[in-house]
Amino acid sequence: MVGIVGYGIYIPRYRIKTEEIARIWGADGERVAKGLLVEEKSVPGTDEDAATMAVEAARNSVTQAQIDPTEIGAVYCGSESFPYAVKPTATIVAQAICASEHIQCADLEFACKAGSAGIQICMSHVIAKEMKYGMAIGTDCSQGKPRDALEYSASAGAASFIIGDDSREIIAEIEGTYSYTTDTPDFWRREGSEFPRHGSRFTGEPAYFAHVIAGAKGIMKKLELSVEDFNYAVFHMPNGKFPIKTGKTLGIPLDKVKPGLIVIRIGNTYSASSLIGLCRIFDLASPDERILCVSYGSGAGSDAFSFLMTENITEKRENSGVPTVDDYIEDKEYIDYALYAKHRRKIKKMM
Amino acid sequence: MSDRSVPLFWRKSKQMYNLIGSECITCGTRYFPGRRICPQCRKEGQMHEFKFSGKGQVVTYSVVRDAPEGYELEVPYIVAIVQLEEGPRLTTPITYCDLDEIFIGMPVEACFRKLREAGDHGIIIYGYKFRPIKGAKPN
Repeated sequence: MVGIVGYGIYIPRYRIKTEEIARIWGADGERVAKGLLVEEKSVPGTDEDAATMAVEAARNSVTQAQIDPTEIGAVYCGSESFPYAVKPTATIVAQAICASEHIQCADLEFACKAGSAGIQICMSHVIAKEMKYGMAIGTDCSQGKPRDALEYSASAGAASFIIGDDSREIIAEIEGTYSYTTDTPDFWRREGSEFPRHGSRFTGEPAYFAHVIAGAKGIMKKLELSVEDFNYAVFHMPNGKFPIKTGKTLGIPLDKVKPGLIVIRIGNTYSASSLIGLCRIFDLASPDERILCVSYGSGAGSDAFSFLMTENITEKRENSGVPTVDDYIEDKEYIDYALYAKHRRKIKKMM
Repeated sequence: MSDRSVPLFWRKSKQMYNLIGSECITCGTRYFPGRRICPQCRKEGQMHEFKFSGKGQVVTYSVVRDAPEGYELEVPYIVAIVQLEEGPRLTTPITYCDLDEIFIGMPVEACFRKLREAGDHGIIIYGYKFRPIKGAKPN
């Protein structure tokens, strides 16, 4: 058996409302919020970045897993907003969780699905008995160009998972994984560019929907499962509309998608998006319930997983004292666009 | 901050990331930052590394409104002396705390933050700051 031994997330406390961003650009905020299904988004503090959020999430996952961090054999950090272009973030995380120096570390990049790619790599290590535990993190301080549609959703957050193979420790068994990948340039950021660019509507049908739906169908076929076998479903959330439409296309009732739909209140946390949604479901799910999770990364690909909750979840959730996803979502302080511009370093000329 | 100062921060990264100081096994005194020799026990002392819990309370504080170079975006910010649960006191920025929220005796906990950047192209220094513990009452 391979599965999740512990999980933890981090969401910075600052929020900006969609209506506030729309006010600056003369748009109808209520209409934009309803159209995207994003009411507000998280904003990092001036002293936060993808590395600090990854560390906070990683520490939460170690606490919840109740393991010795020196037994972690690998740290994989997935992001598209690493603080350094050259200098790994995974090494910062490894040292900050007091992991051993005899460890594999690497930063991964695949738009919004590098974190789930890390889970797959850790699964392989653990199944091959190369290590006892692997840590996979999705973290992003995503960039949205001022006035671009992305500015309404691009937010910040991190999710961390510890993967192991001891059934006495696993809170969610990973029954299987399946990936679907093509060369589809729907969204990109060139070397040295400050903000990403995208193909507008091209990011929809041939990109997000084609890959996420193929991923979901692929994992169900591989494991001989059907939509009815899943109690929850979570998909990557560039906005609220896309995952709801995906669920509808696959015939999944809305009430199975809603629990993981965190994008409405924190925006799109990119590499952490589907993973924080998954953690919210881990916070709620009961033993023996099954979860479908499909990440999506532009460029493009999807990683689909089937998780089966175990009875260990109850004890770890209750006794670890780690904040839940809802704890982070509720702990917030609203800022206006001027402070947001300062936090996100959009003000270029200062004395 | 020149690129040549990188080793200075690298040497301190263990203590700055995880609040690792030292403890004298002979007398039980804990130190942060760590010491190689216990000033009380001297040659009788036996020192070893000690990881602090990261919990403490504000002893006193000041609000910085005119920041040195590299900290301009943080203004106004709070710098406090925090007494750790295990005894030592340290000077630290307090983050996630409004200016009208801070008080002497406030329970705080360590968190991982970006401390400063050496310009747009230099090294980024990470380490501990402290933040209020939600819902905690003063001792």
